[in-house]
Parts: sequence; C-alpha cells; structure tokens
Amino acid sequence: MTTQPTIQLLAFGIVAEKAGSSRLSISGVSDTEQLLEALYQQHPALREVRFAIAVNRKIVHENTPLQADSEVALLPPFSGG
Amino acid sequence: MSAFQRQILLPDFGAAGQEKLSRARVLVVGAGGLGCPVLLYLAAAGVGGIGIVDGDTVSESNLNRQVLYGPDDIGLPKAEIAARRLREQFPNTEFEALPFFMDVENALETIARFDVVVDGSDNFPTRYMVNDACYLLQKPLVQGAVYQYEGQVAVFDAQRGRSTYRDLYPVPPAAGDAPNCSETGVLGVLPGIIGLMQAAETIKCITGVGQPLLDKALFYHFKNASFFEVEIAPHPDAQAMMPANEAAFRAMHYADACERVQDILWTEAQALLERRPETLLLDIREEEEGPNVHVRSRRWPMSRLLQDASELTADMPLVLFCRSGVRSRHLAGVLQKSGRHTQVYSIEGGLQHPLSPIHHSVTHG
Repeated sequence: MTTQPTIQLLAFGIVAEKAGSSRLSISGVSDTEQLLEALYQQHPALREVRFAIAVNRKIVHENTPLQADSEVALLPPFSGG
Repeated sequence: MSAFQRQILLPDFGAAGQEKLSRARVLVVGAGGLGCPVLLYLAAAGVGGIGIVDGDTVSESNLNRQVLYGPDDIGLPKAEIAARRLREQFPNTEFEALPFFMDVENALETIARFDVVVDGSDNFPTRYMVNDACYLLQKPLVQGAVYQYEGQVAVFDAQRGRSTYRDLYPVPPAAGDAPNCSETGVLGVLPGIIGLMQAAETIKCITGVGQPLLDKALFYHFKNASFFEVEIAPHPDAQAMMPANEAAFRAMHYADACERVQDILWTEAQALLERRPETLLLDIREEEEGPNVHVRSRRWPMSRLLQDASELTADMPLVLFCRSGVRSRHLAGVLQKSGRHTQVYSIEGGLQHPLSPIHHSVTHG
C-alpha cells in the first residue's frame, strides 16, 4: 500500500485571497484532478474563480500525476493596468 | 555624442541595436499605470515611433501611478496629454496620439501599422481582443497586468513562439472574478515595476538582445519581492476560441464575456462630448420626471429603451444619465450586452451629483 503525499500549493492573486493564504497544502491526492476536488471542498469560494495550474513551473491542461515534492501553483489571470 | 551612447556601448547591443530601435514602431495599448512607464522608457531608449491608444481621460485617482499626468490634466484625454508631454522630452521619437478605445472595428487597422504591441490595458475584453488581433496579424505582444500587490508579464509571438494568452487562459473570467484597478487598490510602484519589465521585453523583441519571455509567464509579488516563472503549454481549445480571420474577429463580442459599465463624471461626459461630437447624451428619465436639463441631451425614457433600443445608431458612443445614476447604470449594462454599442457610459450620481447641470444652475444663478 502506498501512502499518498501532502502537496504544497502556491496560490496567487485572487486565489490566495479567497483561500485565505498564499501557501496551502492538500493531503491524500495523487493527481491534479483529485487535488482540485479536495481544494474545492476545503475552499468552496474557489469554485467561482478561474485559474491556471502549474506543476513544477509548467502550465498543465490535462490531469497530471503529483508526487510529494511536486510544486503546484494556482495562477489566476490579472486584468489591472 | 548621442543620447543613446551608453546603450550603444553595451556588448551585444551596439549601433545595430540602436538602429533597430530607431526604426521600430511600437503600439502601447492603455496609457495608464503600466503604459506610463512603458512609454517613458521606450521613448528614452530611442524607439522611433510610438502609438498611444487610450480613450480614457485623466482622473485624480490615477495620479499615484500614472506618472505622465499631474493635477492640471484631470479630465483631459490621456493619449493626447501623454503624447504632448513625451514630445517635449524625447525629440528622437515620433508620437501618435490615438485617443479612442480599441474595439473590433479599429483594432486590426491600428495594430497593423506597428511592429510590436505592448498591452497595458485595464480590462479583460481588451486583453483578449488585443491577443486575438496580434495573433491574426502575427505581431509580437508584450503583455503585463497587475492585481493588488502582484503583477504578471508575458510575451506572445506567433512567428517565434507557440502560445498566446489563450493558452494560459482560454476564455475570459466571468465579470467580478478579477476586478480591475479602479475597484481594487494598487500601489503605484507595482505597475511601475511591471511596466518597466514590459519595456525591457519590448526592447529585447526589437533588438534580439537576450531571450524574451516567450511562451512563459512571469509573476512578481511586491510583498516578498519574489518572482515565479512558468512555462506555457499549448491549450487544446485555444485555437478554437480565437477568431479564424478578420471577418470573424469583427464579429466577436469581447465585452459580452466580461462586461462592465463605466461610470463617468459630468466633467468627463462634457469632455467626451467635445472630443467626439457624435456622442449621444441620453436623459433616460421618464417624461413626468421634470424638464430637460442639458442643451445637448436627448430625452429617451428608460421604459421606452428597454422595449426597443434599435433606434439608437449602432456603435455610437452613448452617455446615459438619470436622477441618481442607478437606472442609467443598469440600462448601460443592458445596452452594452446587446453588442450594438461598445462604448456605453453612465454618469455617476446622475442629476443628484454635485457636478450636475442642475446644481450648477442652482449655485451659480
């Protein structure tokens, strides 16, 4: 049996604002889909926000496997000028 | 001795780099918090031609970050004030003031005349529209944006790279997802920093010195002075979201995806009426609410417009007012959503506002 890792998340902009912190952690997930599910459960306000996901500093658009040392960033668009 | 001696001395840059800058024409979209530092430093570097597109006027709350303007400029068109000020300081650059907002009708012909586009606009519809136009016309786009204490910079170039803004964010967020600067706070130095990074990327795109932030997005956080760079991968839906040709571009409704109504002051409305005489000033109060108050206004009650607004010429700039500014704001949203009008304004506070013509006649005779 494998133990599922705790993933460290970096939240930017309005994502950090809605989640209450720029550093979040999610346990018991092994890919980005599970991570989003757990994230929405912990922070329902994030459902209303659109953001891109980067794993190890690469934007991912498909479900992506995560390891304990994966660095995940939640990057919303900014519009201010 | 030339004004550019110290950059010509740089290894890799040299006279060849300077020559490229002097021949380049750059379009700066938005002469606000990002646009001001971009303009100042591109001009100082000796970029040969700079277009400044912005349909907005200077307001007092701009002055903490829009460093080309002072208190005497309040109410005046940004593009023209910026061009005037820059011409005085930078004789080597030709400045073109484009005092209008970009829309699907004017974007392509405007962008086509320039080599590089720098986006420092303050709203998502413009950002998506400029992205799509640059992609269609194969022009490099240097994008910058801020949110509270954070900023982001990216370079998209269909000829040298493989991504656009839509590979990062395929569709605009819903209205209210990411409010703009006029609704949230912003510290002046932040757009200063991000704007200067855009100017740096623009110079790299033009001269070929170094590697531009192509297919990457760089995030900066003011509070801990940290940078975070990510690589952008092509999004499977990105192409499908963009107009395939110029006709499709003109048919896009960018404002629909994220519409917001712009509130303006009576003084700004007056300036707009003078600058663009075709602007229609609409008094949307019902007939029984009192006599007409403005010599230029036309009475068009809201109840009538909600039933049928087809009498209003499409694409004519509209300025709406009512008694308190509430109904005009609502109706402006409805008219904007119809897609027939890209510029719809509501006068803040309506006739109850201290600057309204009613108060003027009461206090001044």
